[in-house]
Amino acid sequence: MKFGIVVFPGSNCDRDMQDALQNDLGKEVIMLWHKDEDLSMFTTDDCIVLPGGFSYGDYLRCGAIARFSPMMKSVIAFAEKGGKVLGVCNGFQILCESHLLPGVLLPNAHQQFVCNNSYIINSTGGKALKIPVAHGDGRYFASDELLDELEANDQVIFRYCDSLGTIDKQFNPNGSLRNIAGIRNKQGNVFGMMPHPERASSSSLSNVDGLDVFRILGMN
Amino acid sequence: MTYNVQIKVMPLKDLLDPQGKAVMGGLKNLGLGGIEDVRIGKHITLQIEAESEDAAKALADEASKKLLANPVMEFYEIEMIN
Repeated sequence: MKFGIVVFPGSNCDRDMQDALQNDLGKEVIMLWHKDEDLSMFTTDDCIVLPGGFSYGDYLRCGAIARFSPMMKSVIAFAEKGGKVLGVCNGFQILCESHLLPGVLLPNAHQQFVCNNSYIINSTGGKALKIPVAHGDGRYFASDELLDELEANDQVIFRYCDSLGTIDKQFNPNGSLRNIAGIRNKQGNVFGMMPHPERASSSSLSNVDGLDVFRILGMN
Repeated sequence: MTYNVQIKVMPLKDLLDPQGKAVMGGLKNLGLGGIEDVRIGKHITLQIEAESEDAAKALADEASKKLLANPVMEFYEIEMIN
């Protein structure tokens, strides 16, 4: 399984993601420029990553303009063919704006940029994972009907919790509905999450919980 | 003919608007009483070359739907200026 990382103007986690995938997970990585559109070197066993940052300056709405870049058209087609796509932070926002994932990321309820370690837990249980968050617009929002549907289809992959795995509003860094930190699409090939696993995948960073995130997503 | 179109994009009424809430606090600190709610949106102007006002409005509507507003979180109103 190899990875492609899309670089938009304003991406700033693309090199962190490249470093984590290459050096911590030992994967082949190809960097992709937003103005290109060639994904012919990838098969549906591979994964395209939309990294964090502030694509197109977050103008209009986070991720709204990136959606219409040439590379995103190819990424949308790749996802529709069943290829894996992972969006982290701004990448998650782009996936929502592209309608590859349902819902939207709104400004944090407390109106502050949040930058610290948060704990998240996978829907199937396991241990709480300490993963950094760094965002101003991470409040996941969708209608109640859609949230019920996401839960019924097991599409909520990560929720904010404490270090023991207790899911509660007080451990939610942005006011997201139902403590949602990450979701996947119905088909199970498109994943979006606000926390940054690439910032927690190396012992030199004193935190390797991010490796568990990649494992849960089937990308290790 | 050139048409000037104004588009007002506002957060949906049911949604918490943290920016509006923060400004509301500022207005209170300013000592201005009587303001009960603040909501903040965007004002977008488009200059459109089209054959008719209806065509210009339809184009503005398509632009709003596809990019300028996100119906999951916002609603929009289009106003023709000339």
